[in-house]
Amino acid sequence: MPDGTVPEHSTETAHAGPAAHGTDHDNAYAGLLVNDAHWAFGTDFEDPLAGVDTTVPDGVEPSVLAAYCLMLGDDALVASERISEWCSRAPDLEEDIALANIALDLLGQARLLLARAAAADPSVVPALPGDSPVPDEDRLAFFRDDRQFRNVRLAELPNGDFGETITRILLLSIWRLALFERLTGSRDAVLAAVAAKGVKELTYHRDFAGRWFLTLAQGTDESRRRVTAALTDLMPYWAELFGTHDVEAAAAASGVGVDPGQVAGEADAVLDQVLAVSGVDRPEAAPRAGVRGRTGRDGLHTEALSRLLAETQSVARAHPRGRW
Amino acid sequence: MTSAVDEAGLESHFEATIAHKDRIEPRDWMPEKYRRTLVRQIAQHAHSEIIGMQPEGNWISRAPSLRRKAILLAKVQDEAGHGLYLYSATETLGVTRTELTERLISGAQKYSSIFNYPTLSYADVGTIGWLVDGAAICNQVPLCRTSFGPYGRAMIRICKEESFHQRQGYELLMTMMRGTDEQRAMVQESVDRFWWPSLMMFGPPDDASPNTAQSMAWGIKTHTNDELRQRFVDMTVPQAEALGVTLPDPDLAWNERRQAHDFGEIDWDEFWRVVGGDGPCNAQRVAHRSKAWDDGAWVREAASAFARKQEAA
Repeated sequence: MPDGTVPEHSTETAHAGPAAHGTDHDNAYAGLLVNDAHWAFGTDFEDPLAGVDTTVPDGVEPSVLAAYCLMLGDDALVASERISEWCSRAPDLEEDIALANIALDLLGQARLLLARAAAADPSVVPALPGDSPVPDEDRLAFFRDDRQFRNVRLAELPNGDFGETITRILLLSIWRLALFERLTGSRDAVLAAVAAKGVKELTYHRDFAGRWFLTLAQGTDESRRRVTAALTDLMPYWAELFGTHDVEAAAAASGVGVDPGQVAGEADAVLDQVLAVSGVDRPEAAPRAGVRGRTGRDGLHTEALSRLLAETQSVARAHPRGRW
Repeated sequence: MTSAVDEAGLESHFEATIAHKDRIEPRDWMPEKYRRTLVRQIAQHAHSEIIGMQPEGNWISRAPSLRRKAILLAKVQDEAGHGLYLYSATETLGVTRTELTERLISGAQKYSSIFNYPTLSYADVGTIGWLVDGAAICNQVPLCRTSFGPYGRAMIRICKEESFHQRQGYELLMTMMRGTDEQRAMVQESVDRFWWPSLMMFGPPDDASPNTAQSMAWGIKTHTNDELRQRFVDMTVPQAEALGVTLPDPDLAWNERRQAHDFGEIDWDEFWRVVGGDGPCNAQRVAHRSKAWDDGAWVREAASAFARKQEAA
């Protein structure tokens, strides 16, 4: 299946030749009007699931599969939005680039998962005017309100400092990697493939965040103070990651999804290991309550999500017939 | 200590290297003024990449499709990468990234004046790709042959990526022009705003560019500002026609005798005001960079402290 990433840069017009052949570079600009289907490689819209068999496996309720994909897709999309807010604001250029990589990986996961949801159950896709060219993944991302988003609340919290972002990526990637490792065995071939690709990415995210968590915890008094404060602030949202929603239970029961409750022990052990290496005690943290028991998976979010979406969706919603 | 005689010999060797259009490498002897000129020019270029992340970064959160969001985020990330290569090239001349960042924030070093204009619609993302990256390519392609080796090699890689960005920008505008009337109007309005600032990217006219002659003699610069500006206009006119937009210059016309386009007078008063710090976004851009740098100080200190502890252990 296509891996959803932007392909390597096209090189057909620009040669890295020695100085003597430098005039070849002039073609990079002059070639703009060349009528070549690949001239801006990677920019044509392609259905991220093009060529993939999206038949729902036997015995699986399409609405369950779609809702489950939206949950995992929304986690990725919303976390990606928060992380990409760091762009041009990171402590140094290397971290700016690394955070953008993580945001791009999660965005790629979100695109595949939203497209999978739409293919499994087209009724989840918001309706637009009949002549609208907006593809399904964008209808789902830009034309649902916050109450229809199924992401966990940890993904949507407003950004704090760099230590907060590192801690949040650490918590989210520990959890999501544990889920995705199991999800590679999904009966849904699409989800299994998305998970297989995601495992490699999430392994890097967890490694990046773990190394920075250790560095900050062992760096200066100031960095230790900040990163432990971030952990104290975020841990109340940890338990929500392992609560089993009815959709997750049904998806797990039919062999397409993973019950997050099943990965709690493993995730706790990984977190404890990072904390032990970093010399940080695990804070006592009572789980953050929902509203009558409802939290992110139920579409019951913090106040931050509707603001985030108002910004994210503003241009797309102003042009429901727009072509981008 | 180098005697005057040795220095003369070194200098003639340097001049011969330049005359043969060979590269000067970091360990080679070079006149102090050549080194200073290079630091100024490469740092200004690096700063332009880093400040240039902001006007486009302004639209990442509002990109109207997930595909465009990925393209834009990856592009802005590439600019950070270009900044890194270029700062590395200046480090071979004996100046650190930290020093250069401080000179950017203090205003001692400049960046391209184009980034002091605001981005006001999503079409600006496409227009910046087409016109601004296009103008940058015109400026930068000759630099692949510049006399200082690390700079020339960095530019080869950067030009490849810039040309890719330019195509992506043009492709966004093409797509929008196939969309709704509102989208077409958005593209035209964006081109109207960015056309003149793009022409200013080539710098002051040749008769007001004091550094050009020496930079050309040293092989740091290979074309004058006006030559490059003319090349850009001639390349862009047919692209605008293919796109279906009008360039906002009533004097723009093909001159058969010159085999080039005539074009109207650039507002040099505005140019100098923007260069002088009074452009629409100068203060905002530097404040943004300064805040990121200050906010990150504790992280950089922690990383250094951690590395020292690791070494000691």
